[in-house]
Amino acid sequence: MIERQRHIIDFTLSSLMRRKGKNGALLLVYTLVIFVLASVLFFTYALKREAALVLKDAPEIIVQRSQTGRFHPIPVAWGESIGKINGVISVRPRLWGYQYDSVFQANYTLSVPAENAPPTGSIDIGSGIAKIRDASPDDIIAFTGHDGFPRSFTIREILSDESQLLTSDLILLSEEDYRDFSGLPADQAIDLALRVRNPREYATIAEKITRLHPDTRPILRSEILRTYDALFGWRSGLLIVIFSAAALAFVIFAWDKATGLSAEERKEIGILKAIGWETSDILMMKFWEGSVVSLTAFLAGIILAYAHVFLTSSPLFAPVLKGWSTLYPAFRLTPFLDFGQISALFFLTVVPYTVTTIVPSWRAAIIDPDSVMR
Amino acid sequence: MGVTGLMKLRRSTIYLGMTSGLMLTLAGLLLHASGQRRAAEPGFARKAALVRQVELTDLCLFTEASYTRNPSMTDLSTPFQDSPLSLDHFPSGGLIGPPTHLTRNQRD
Repeated sequence: MIERQRHIIDFTLSSLMRRKGKNGALLLVYTLVIFVLASVLFFTYALKREAALVLKDAPEIIVQRSQTGRFHPIPVAWGESIGKINGVISVRPRLWGYQYDSVFQANYTLSVPAENAPPTGSIDIGSGIAKIRDASPDDIIAFTGHDGFPRSFTIREILSDESQLLTSDLILLSEEDYRDFSGLPADQAIDLALRVRNPREYATIAEKITRLHPDTRPILRSEILRTYDALFGWRSGLLIVIFSAAALAFVIFAWDKATGLSAEERKEIGILKAIGWETSDILMMKFWEGSVVSLTAFLAGIILAYAHVFLTSSPLFAPVLKGWSTLYPAFRLTPFLDFGQISALFFLTVVPYTVTTIVPSWRAAIIDPDSVMR
Repeated sequence: MGVTGLMKLRRSTIYLGMTSGLMLTLAGLLLHASGQRRAAEPGFARKAALVRQVELTDLCLFTEASYTRNPSMTDLSTPFQDSPLSLDHFPSGGLIGPPTHLTRNQRD
């Protein structure tokens, strides 16, 4: 039985080799489509898992103030009334913002940390900033403040390279320096960070905050985490282009196969039937033909995608991720794999291709060999 | 085995050998993934502690626009801050959708 199958595989491979140009190109394009799809799936899933793991300790609730639909600083005094709501452990005004560096054309993120803030006159910077400004600890670095005058800071520490995906563009500074630099009055904050003990109370507390201050928008930690599910979602512009291109490629493959066989292939089937091959043998041969191409493309595509995303820093995605920014994190994702996605990819690529290879062959195999060869 | 030896091999042997090789490579990569995940656990704990210390809400994936630097903190009008009809001109805007809490608020 195994020997019979091996003979059929031998014959199938010889048949494929006779049209090596066409089949080689098909294998290459098929592998490329699976490589692109698998790279996107691997990258997005690993990034979402990483986001969920590192942001699990983000503030339970962030309270923003919005005026006419736009983000606006919040009075620090509101923290007192919000802190009195049952279940709220603490309220801390968060001070953060952005700083555009016109010399390096880079955007930085300023933040006053809740713990271990640098002393006045010192800052901690992310490794991305250190790289583009060629800065090291104890160097003095200057940024232009809100009034157009530069402020000088001594670099206390460069944040670890390992945390680039969180801190690459970060400048951590003291509250005093932040207020002097940004011009934000002492009675205002950018938003409020709440610590809440019981996760079941998040929604109730958020509702109470909105009732207390109708122009606020509480953002729950679960919502922050869900934001990353929308990242690289299939509806986002670029992804829909990639998925549509892949779908179109498969439609072309399937259409090419389903519209029938070439005269040469039909003649081959006719000859095989005339020399005694059963219809089932021909279908088996066509099954192997589909499997050889699609399984090889699937395995090679998946392996290449793994190497692209997890063994290198996804160089093909880098231009898109960098966009117009001059400061970007260099990171290599931890290989989290979703087997559901891999099996879905298998069933959406290998199975339909193999089936569409068999159907027209079955139609050719059941007709009279004499009429096929004529 | 020389080239002549390889030529004498049956095509099915070469194909099955190659497919087995690819499957073994894939299995090896899955083992690699599992090892890497175990090795990354302390790093994730350190990053989570940093998130707590700095009260971070987002990953630093894109620095080109504020609404993609901190996507969970953005509002719906930010991408159109220059004018209501100013189309998004940052590539990262084409990779990330609006946070779910904004679209939920709109429905309410």
